[in-house]
Amino acid sequence: MILHTINKSPFDNHSFTECLQHCQPNCSVLLIEDGVYAAQQKTTFSDIISQRVDINFYALKADILARGLEATTLSSVTIIDDAGFVELAVNHHTVQSWF
Amino acid sequence: MNTSSTKRMVLFCRKSPYGNALAREALEIALATAVFEQDLAIIFSGDGVWQLQPQQNSAEIHVKSQQKLLAAFAMYDLNEIYVEQEALELRNINHQELSIAATLIDRQKAAELCNSADIILNF
Repeated sequence: MILHTINKSPFDNHSFTECLQHCQPNCSVLLIEDGVYAAQQKTTFSDIISQRVDINFYALKADILARGLEATTLSSVTIIDDAGFVELAVNHHTVQSWF
Repeated sequence: MNTSSTKRMVLFCRKSPYGNALAREALEIALATAVFEQDLAIIFSGDGVWQLQPQQNSAEIHVKSQQKLLAAFAMYDLNEIYVEQEALELRNINHQELSIAATLIDRQKAAELCNSADIILNF
């Protein structure tokens, strides 16, 4: 399975949308940098995340904290640290980065 | 996954040409990869399909034409070239009129090709 990373805000860029169009069931999507805005609850994009129960969503803690999003990030998105990022990378056969 | 020294690579091109250097750099990677005889598939998706538009003339913006770079693909034995149907339809681009021959695939097939790769380079 592929680990997809997204580093752009979905409000400004198509990376999130195009990534999800190409995601296969059971793959993982990790939101990093401005990509974490996709997990802001009660938005078009967090609704999409909630609907895609076939995908495992993660977001990088340092980027969430830096942007003040800890309290408003969708609870179904798993928050991980850098070590978690490494673990995800080694547990997937390849990485596809969307930017 | 391929365990031999030849890796299965997918170059996933989703940026339009000329606006920035990403599209051109992806094509240059394709040519370099071909020189080293790696197993490469190139997929044009999203705004990347604009790269296949015929009759590009970049003289007046003073940069090299990317269409010429694409035309070199056949010479480098880069023959596994795909274009995504949904991306063409969204932009009203006719598959028959593309500047190079590219196999028409749907989004699902594009995802499967990525999934079977050892290395994915997304541009």
